[in-house]
Amino acid sequence: MPETFDAIVVGAGPAGNSAALTLAREGLNVLQLERGEYPGSKNVQGAILYANALEQLIPDFRDEAPLERHIVEQRVWMLTEKSHVGTHYRSDDFNEERPNRYTIIRAQFDKWFSSQVKDAGALVICETTVTGLIRDSRGKVVGVTTDREGGEIFADVVVLADGVNALVSQKAGLRGELKPDQVALAVKETHYLPRDVIDQRFNIKGDEGVVIEAAGTITAGMLGTAFLYTNGESISVGVGCIVSDFAGSDISPYDLLERFKEHPSVRPLLADAELKEYAAHLIPEGGYKAVPQVAGDGWLVAGDAGQFVNSLHREGSNMAMTTGHLAALTIAELKREGRPMTAANLSTYRKRLEDSYVLKDLKKYRDLPTVLHKNKQFVTAYPELLSQAADTWFRVDGVDKRTKERSILRNFRRGRGLIGLVGDAYKMARAFR
Amino acid sequence: MNIVVCIKQVPDSAQIRVHPVTNTIMRQGVPTIINPYDLFALEEALCLRDRFGGTVTVITMGPPMADTSLRKALAYGADRAVLLTDRFFAGSDTLATSFALSQGISRLAAEAPVDIVFTGKQTIDGDTAQVGPGIAKRLNLHQLTYVEHIDSLDLEAREITVRRRAEGGVQVLKTGLPCLITMLEGTNSIRFASMDDMFRAARTRLDKWSAKDAGVEDMQKCGLRGSPTVVKKVFAPSPRTEKAKIIDIAGLEPAQIADAAIETLFEANPELHEDLRAFASGA
Ligand SMILES: Cc1cc2nc3c(=O)[nH]c(=O)nc-3n(C[C@H](O)[C@H](O)[C@H](O)COP(=O)(O)OP(=O)(O)OC[C@H]3O[C@@H](n4cnc5c(N)ncnc54)[C@H](O)[C@@H]3O)c2cc1C
Repeated sequence: MPETFDAIVVGAGPAGNSAALTLAREGLNVLQLERGEYPGSKNVQGAILYANALEQLIPDFRDEAPLERHIVEQRVWMLTEKSHVGTHYRSDDFNEERPNRYTIIRAQFDKWFSSQVKDAGALVICETTVTGLIRDSRGKVVGVTTDREGGEIFADVVVLADGVNALVSQKAGLRGELKPDQVALAVKETHYLPRDVIDQRFNIKGDEGVVIEAAGTITAGMLGTAFLYTNGESISVGVGCIVSDFAGSDISPYDLLERFKEHPSVRPLLADAELKEYAAHLIPEGGYKAVPQVAGDGWLVAGDAGQFVNSLHREGSNMAMTTGHLAALTIAELKREGRPMTAANLSTYRKRLEDSYVLKDLKKYRDLPTVLHKNKQFVTAYPELLSQAADTWFRVDGVDKRTKERSILRNFRRGRGLIGLVGDAYKMARAFR
Repeated sequence: MNIVVCIKQVPDSAQIRVHPVTNTIMRQGVPTIINPYDLFALEEALCLRDRFGGTVTVITMGPPMADTSLRKALAYGADRAVLLTDRFFAGSDTLATSFALSQGISRLAAEAPVDIVFTGKQTIDGDTAQVGPGIAKRLNLHQLTYVEHIDSLDLEAREITVRRRAEGGVQVLKTGLPCLITMLEGTNSIRFASMDDMFRAARTRLDKWSAKDAGVEDMQKCGLRGSPTVVKKVFAPSPRTEKAKIIDIAGLEPAQIADAAIETLFEANPELHEDLRAFASGA
């Protein structure tokens, strides 16, 4: 007799865990399948955790979850080969009782999250890959197949939270292939450094943490960003660019990361650190327009598998949690009312997403990916121009200030042209509208 | 037939780091695995059960989080899992460990007689290979170490024949049941569990036994108190600092090259030079 469940959740990242946790709490008989050795074993993130989305699910998570540092300072840098122009925002208000953002290590965090899912009563099985979907004669999804002998398992509904590649739904023809211009390839390293050295280097104490986001010539004309985050006893450093840009360039992601690490503003922060871990992962960055069909007969999709990532604000894990949660609430409601898991009934999921910050934010920035993609000056010309401007402005060399101002303006005009400058400002304003 | 397999949860040695400053081994945050040698024992036990019927019970002594390894063993197809966990067990050396395990096995044997106890050849974090023989001694089991193959098992006659890798050759040994076997690596490869096994493992409750549950009466034999071996220090060998020296041999005759090499060696090791001179002069 094959096993039958109310719901099967594919994947044990933040999306799958939120879905499985919610479904189990709502009293459904849930099976969660994860291909990794344990939840989190394969997962890659920067990683910044946003408290709010998790609080909706586990209000007291701060008491138990493995958190590295809460963030008190955010730096945003525009890089050229030798310089950075940037802003630092640091506030003691971030030392609040319930901090808003934390650095985490996904392998540990996901494992803990999964323990909550198990405690809520879901059956969690790891090291098992879902290889396909089973459909009945009318095409409704009624279960999954796995890579194990006797691997057919049935359920009323399947939540696809299998991450960015979304191979299960792709193979089942529920969506198309990932497009190279809608997905970024990121590489990341973790470097060990003693806690007190990190505290000194970043001027922090206790569990305070600093994050740096960087863009500019460091990505060699490709659209992308680099980052550096402080964990308790390590530093995460990474860089990611749009895949289609990598395809047209002879620079490898690894080269970019080396360049970033060697940058004069970054190198001292990593001095004497010992490389512990190297990882590469895709990030869906197509935004609103790339979001596929989110539900159908007997299935829903949550997290990266649904392309729910706000790349500008580096929000993915929170959207994964929220979408997993909303998918589960949709299912639980139907179950309570004794209604079948048909496409029509599950379509309220899309409505829930539109009412939440998830689709509101993605909609707001819907043009941004295209604008940035078509206007590489934002990562090539502007960082140089800004750096030159700063250099001119701060260098005291006997040149009078008015002449300096003129020279800066002239530089910008030469770099982008007057029409270019106005056009760029207009494009940006529209993209951020 | 009832088989007990002793396993140990160990840090994945491939991922152990050495603290760059203190040069100590950092176990914190290192993922754990079933001691790889134990998997050969487990697979052998599962094969015997599949052929002759009966049950395979896995047992481990360790902290509560060692349950991960037991769950894994259940997923591979073991029928039952026992975790011996108690603060009295903390700090056990191989003597105290084999004591605790033999107590646990005795309790199992009281429920149903045990025919074979398996262990791995040794652990990757201790490398002593003492626990298996320690258990055999305490439970009075015939001991077959470094077994590479089980040739035959006769449950009627209660006899087992195995091949044992020994220095200089392979021994074919026959003994009676019950016995203890330590399995050599590379003898089989662990199976890929079926979906049913995965479900069973996910639903099986582990038996968690304290020292008392396992029938220990004398706590002095457990943990740190029952461990005569004291690990005074664990450290990584300090990396060698000497650098290779390159001798420019352009245009030199072979004899000159030899002289240059010797001169460089002696320069770096003046004592060597003196010792050799003393030796040559017959002193
Ligand atoms: C370098 C990098 C930095 C990032 N930084 C941040 C950040 O700072 N903050 C932030 O919020 N977001 C960040 N993100 C994005 C964030 O990591 C993702 O949005 C988030 O992990 C998505 O969660 P998920 O559960 O949808 O997918 P995943 O976390 O990818 O989980 C999917 C799970 O499904 C499993 N799986 C896949 N296929 C199968 C299958 N066929 N069968 C069974 N299991 C399967 C996988 O093993 C995995 O465990 C970053 C991403 C990257 C790559």
